[in-house]
Amino acid sequence: MRHIAIVLLAAMSCVAAQAENVAIIGGHVHTMSAQGSLGKGMVLIEDGRIQSVSELQTVPAGYRVIDATDKVVTPGLIGAYTSLGLVEVGMSAGTVDSTVESVDVNYSPYGAALDVSYAFNPDSTLIAISRIEGFTLSVSAMSDTPSLFGGQGAVFSLGDDDNLVKKQAFMTLSVANAGADNSGGSRAALWPKLENALAEARSLEGKALGPKDEWNGSMSKADVNALLPVVSGNTPLFIDARRKADIRQVVALKERYPDLNLVLLYASEGWRVADEIAEAEIPVIVDPESNLPVSFEQLGATMANAGRLDASGVSVSIGMETHNLRLATQHAGNAVANGLPWEQGLAALTINTARLLGIDKDYGSLEPGKVADVVIWSGDPLQVMEAPEKILIKGAEIKLESRQTKLRDRYISS
Amino acid sequence: MTLLDGVGGMLEGASVLFEAGKVVAVGTDFQIPDNAEVLDGTGKWVTPGIIDVHSHLGVYPSPGTDSHSDGNEMTRPVTAQVWAEHSIWVQDAGFSRALAGGVTALQILPGSANLVGGRTITVKNLPNRTVQSMKFPGAPYGLKMACGENPKRVYGSKKDGPSTRMGNVAGYRQAWADAQDYKRQWEKYRAEHKAGKNPTPPKRDLTMDTLVGVLDDEIMVHMHCYRADEMAIMMDLMKEFGYQITSFQHAVEAYKITDLLAENNVCSAMWADWWGFKMEAYDGIRENVPMVHQGGACAIVHSDDDQGIQRLNQEAAKALGDGLRAGIEISKADAWQWLSANPAKSLKIFDQTGSLEVGKNADLVLWSTDPFSTYAKAERVYIDGGLAYDRQDPESWPVQDFELGQPGQGDAK
Repeated sequence: MRHIAIVLLAAMSCVAAQAENVAIIGGHVHTMSAQGSLGKGMVLIEDGRIQSVSELQTVPAGYRVIDATDKVVTPGLIGAYTSLGLVEVGMSAGTVDSTVESVDVNYSPYGAALDVSYAFNPDSTLIAISRIEGFTLSVSAMSDTPSLFGGQGAVFSLGDDDNLVKKQAFMTLSVANAGADNSGGSRAALWPKLENALAEARSLEGKALGPKDEWNGSMSKADVNALLPVVSGNTPLFIDARRKADIRQVVALKERYPDLNLVLLYASEGWRVADEIAEAEIPVIVDPESNLPVSFEQLGATMANAGRLDASGVSVSIGMETHNLRLATQHAGNAVANGLPWEQGLAALTINTARLLGIDKDYGSLEPGKVADVVIWSGDPLQVMEAPEKILIKGAEIKLESRQTKLRDRYISS
Repeated sequence: MTLLDGVGGMLEGASVLFEAGKVVAVGTDFQIPDNAEVLDGTGKWVTPGIIDVHSHLGVYPSPGTDSHSDGNEMTRPVTAQVWAEHSIWVQDAGFSRALAGGVTALQILPGSANLVGGRTITVKNLPNRTVQSMKFPGAPYGLKMACGENPKRVYGSKKDGPSTRMGNVAGYRQAWADAQDYKRQWEKYRAEHKAGKNPTPPKRDLTMDTLVGVLDDEIMVHMHCYRADEMAIMMDLMKEFGYQITSFQHAVEAYKITDLLAENNVCSAMWADWWGFKMEAYDGIRENVPMVHQGGACAIVHSDDDQGIQRLNQEAAKALGDGLRAGIEISKADAWQWLSANPAKSLKIFDQTGSLEVGKNADLVLWSTDPFSTYAKAERVYIDGGLAYDRQDPESWPVQDFELGQPGQGDAK
């Protein structure tokens, strides 16, 4: 007994310092893999990776045991589309790296060359505030640019160090009202410009332009180079489209350029063309609570959207906030309350997002070999009254502390 | 069914009887009259209707076009003469979405661009052709005021300001001083009139009329204020000029001054977890609502949002869960006060609604399950005893004029 106590103290005093061997036992484990859910499971973690996931059995020697009996164990959640790490306070508080106010007309007039991987601030208070609620990865992008493309987004780990998981992980674009406004105020101007941009990038046949190369296209060299992995399909292109007609244009784009690896953002009226989205194999990232005709491009918005898309075979991801990315569990819960199967609600926060980014070899489920991002919850993660009780990122347990918990502890009466 | 009476009581296996729009009986052992229509609520929950003290439905409606942007009279910092009810577009689909979330009454306020934004209005959530038909009978007017960043941002670039927080305070104080002067002019006139003289009445000033309504305790002040130190200054001002602030709206830092709020009898209307979108919201914490409750001050969960208003039960649930984890013991029955009784008290309509007690308006919600669950849905919403929303009957779902002939008309929302 004494031996165990010393081990626990040691583990607490050097939280996140190094990955230890950990056994999480007895919990209701949702693997989000073909293994499904285990009523009383055991997750073994070694060197920051998942070693095995099984029904509860005897714990091998050399593992710190975390008892998760009556708890729920899931993979770490992935914030599917956020500006986490790029913004501290959005309004009237100085530089905000998630927005660009004016385009550089020489270097990157199309915005494709923008790259958030340089802008991530690991000291942002939003990171601890988000991760203590179960989010271990963020898919971070610019929130607003005045250009055709929104630039290259990146995937970040919300652990204590080595945050960059994948740079230039995706490109963003809006063909919705906001995108049309960036192209002079009309889709009739936006789409030919987009077609031309893709054609120019394809014309390079995968060879990036150097400073001395002659170039007669209308885009800058930096922008066209940034589009090379997009036109080849290596980098997904996230396209914000809300009304049915715009979503259909995106599906038609995929038909014209089958190599493109497309992801739909918002897709508020996606349910109206769910079969077409499914057939084109385009995953969607939705805001499942959006159900008001807030603009003429989402008159058909409904909370049934996520469930209907899923029923048609579309992969659905959820998690479109920044300061309150942590509310994505509630968003998923409301999608479930409106027709999305519960398992898909959790998949929308984990494996579905990992797949659309091509990082599912390492993230998104509890499977041997994957990075040990694991959350132990007090109960159903999609229930508003439940919360994480323990969180491991890359196998290291993080403290459930943030600037907010410190404010609370300063003022709460004991 | 499980019944939360809204004033701290929870009854299992309970029934509620209402007749002619009023609650007639609540409990487990009363006789159900033979002629009553009986609805089996076994396994379900019933609560008082949710009352949102902070909404901009109608004044910032959907769709959010410039043509519909009618919530902020941003022409000068003190516009106590404007009334939100004159801006409300009754065809806002947000009303019917809120109804499906169990909201039976709401206060609609002008925005927070101005130091004094104008009169608020309390309405029953019965979307209709005219705003007059939605007004809550007997509810007094409120006055929207605003602290902090918004007024100074809006007027900071204009010649007369304010451009600072001290400028804001000077603006409120001058407005109250002017109102005191105006009030004296009318008192003098009335006294002379009463004395049989033939005085000329002062010219009516609509801005001053509203401010004097506050000084006379006929209009309730609901003040947008985030920071604790600013709220403390506003409570000094109310003493200087002899009025009462009924509530601080948003009150993101209320948890820092729960003692002052309790002492001064000022409610805090709060989100469960919004924070950080501007500097004055940077210190928001998830335990704000339960900490205010624990401090003995009046806590209200509000929305200020056309999405949040649809799920205020979940907002209360999050706040309750966060409080419990921090060691603040509050029951679900007590927590429901944040959604009905305390809002009703701050709107001065608690004599009519806000709890399931005999004699109150039959404003109530039948929930599919525990409303502190993400999966709970309002199945039936009654306002004045009338079935205003019935989830089981899609034909009955309200469709606003704007939604007619548009994609998704009549769809599940």
